Amino acid sequence: MYLDFEKPIAELEQRLADLQKLASESNVDVSQAIQSLEENLFHLKQETYQNLTRWQRVQLSRHPERPYTLDYLEAICDEFIELFGDRNIADDKAMVGGFGSIEGQTMMFIGQQKGRNTKQRQMRNFGMAQPEGYRKALRLMKLAEKFGKPIVTLIDTPGAFPGIEAEERGQAEAIARNIRDMFMLQVPVICIIIGEGASGGALGIAIGDKVMMLENTWYSVISPESCSSILWRSWEYKEQAAEALKLTAEDMKGFGLVDVIIPEPLGGAHTNTAETFQNVKKTILDTIAELKTLDPRERINRRIEKFGKMGVFQE
Amino acid sequence: MSWYKRLEKGIQTPTALKKETPDGLWHKCDNCKNIMPTRDYILNAYTCLHCNQHDKIGSAEFFSILFDDNQFTELDPNLSSGDPLKFVDTKPYPKRVVDTQAKSQMKDALRSAYGKMNGIGLVVACMDFAFIGGSMGSVVGEKIARAIDKALELKYPMLIISRSGGARMMEAGFSLMQMAKTSARLALLAEARLPYISLMTNPTTGGVSASYAMLGDFNIAEPNALIGFAGPRVIRETIGKDLPKGFQTSEYLLEHGFLDFIVDRKDLKDKLTALLSMLLHG
Repeated sequence: MYLDFEKPIAELEQRLADLQKLASESNVDVSQAIQSLEENLFHLKQETYQNLTRWQRVQLSRHPERPYTLDYLEAICDEFIELFGDRNIADDKAMVGGFGSIEGQTMMFIGQQKGRNTKQRQMRNFGMAQPEGYRKALRLMKLAEKFGKPIVTLIDTPGAFPGIEAEERGQAEAIARNIRDMFMLQVPVICIIIGEGASGGALGIAIGDKVMMLENTWYSVISPESCSSILWRSWEYKEQAAEALKLTAEDMKGFGLVDVIIPEPLGGAHTNTAETFQNVKKTILDTIAELKTLDPRERINRRIEKFGKMGVFQE
Repeated sequence: MSWYKRLEKGIQTPTALKKETPDGLWHKCDNCKNIMPTRDYILNAYTCLHCNQHDKIGSAEFFSILFDDNQFTELDPNLSSGDPLKFVDTKPYPKRVVDTQAKSQMKDALRSAYGKMNGIGLVVACMDFAFIGGSMGSVVGEKIARAIDKALELKYPMLIISRSGGARMMEAGFSLMQMAKTSARLALLAEARLPYISLMTNPTTGGVSASYAMLGDFNIAEPNALIGFAGPRVIRETIGKDLPKGFQTSEYLLEHGFLDFIVDRKDLKDKLTALLSMLLHG
């Protein structure tokens, strides 16, 4: 599937495919033409993906073929045992988690999960967790802490669910508690935005020693659409809103609000998932090794200090 | 034929020359439309004597209600917003801030102070809704963080009075991180075993409710305040249904187990004093 701004790339790729088909079916030598077309395609891709607007990055972050949390876990873990439920009222299918091992190291993985088709999307509630999702996440984090295992959270949500039951069961309280309690976790915590990082719904599992963003993701206080509807009273200004919010990985790293950008293959995470998974896996292993050299109190102090420095004001 | 003739057409008094109306002797309630002496209304902590409507007051009024003889030391009174994003919507963000400062005579949406409440030392951070809807940006976050540091230093209990629509959009990512920053300091306050009381007033929603407002050792609220994560309009649009009566009010939250108690503003000082006395001296 191609996004609107990828149409020229799609056309070139089609022409290339046609030519390759011609070459295989006839004796006409088109190798020169193919080569030059391939070069053109590469340049076009480079030009397109290195000059993405902020709104185009948002589009890529929501690409329907983009890998979701469980795709990552399946790919990078040698073994993964999913754990369910908040021990209170329910199991939230929009928030998944469990112990997994990478190269012999056990870690707790937690993340929002989106669905691939209509049925799944409904089951996963489009990656919008209820309070029980956040409470399940916290339960799993405390479990990891108890057994001294590092925590990796994967963030991909258009927001915490805004519904009657969510309010009734304390959506605000659940998120607030997670934010506070994550600061005091004794074990290393890594948070990676793998798609959408919308507001409190994202932050509720995004307090860590290292907060990272994949290259084509967004993280902000509100989605461009909602921002547009509030500030311009119309959904039409989402491009401007995305520009104004400065919500890309590059922006957030520039502001010192996230620590690391994880590169994606040219064209986005979904175009070469093997490479994406490898990048993420390597980053997790390197970062955990680095964080393990600090003692728990030092990690906690640095975590609190890091977020404490965020903010711009005049005395 | 009129008795008087207007000599000059289109008389316009410049704002600077307009006379402030002196405080009226009578106050009319917005809700029940009953009239009461202003003095009684103020003595009743800006709540209606007839229908108990709690008017939207700001930090100045709350400080005068809580601190003995209105004596307090204000913290960081000059902190004001930067513009890290160069944010422009219908007007540039710095202009919005300056305009609001001029109009409201406030620097930002929160003031903090310490002093004595019936003799008990207390740090209070109180939000001002009049400043861009009480929205939380870097200044609010930083002032809360510093106020908590002060509580830690003086070993005083902490009170935060929330009245806010949530995070300030014009500071985008920075606003979001204030939720983290304030919650981190509250974790340290909890570690030091100093009491933290969160008073929620009308309205307390969004990023404020999803961080410090819900993290009190004691979560309390004024009557009939709107308190929630998502605003009612957003919920209605998402689920496409009308919301139940009384949804997201203080009473609703109390019923569902998210508040310790609801307190009338006129009883606030005495009730907090009683509660803190039990913790500190008992």
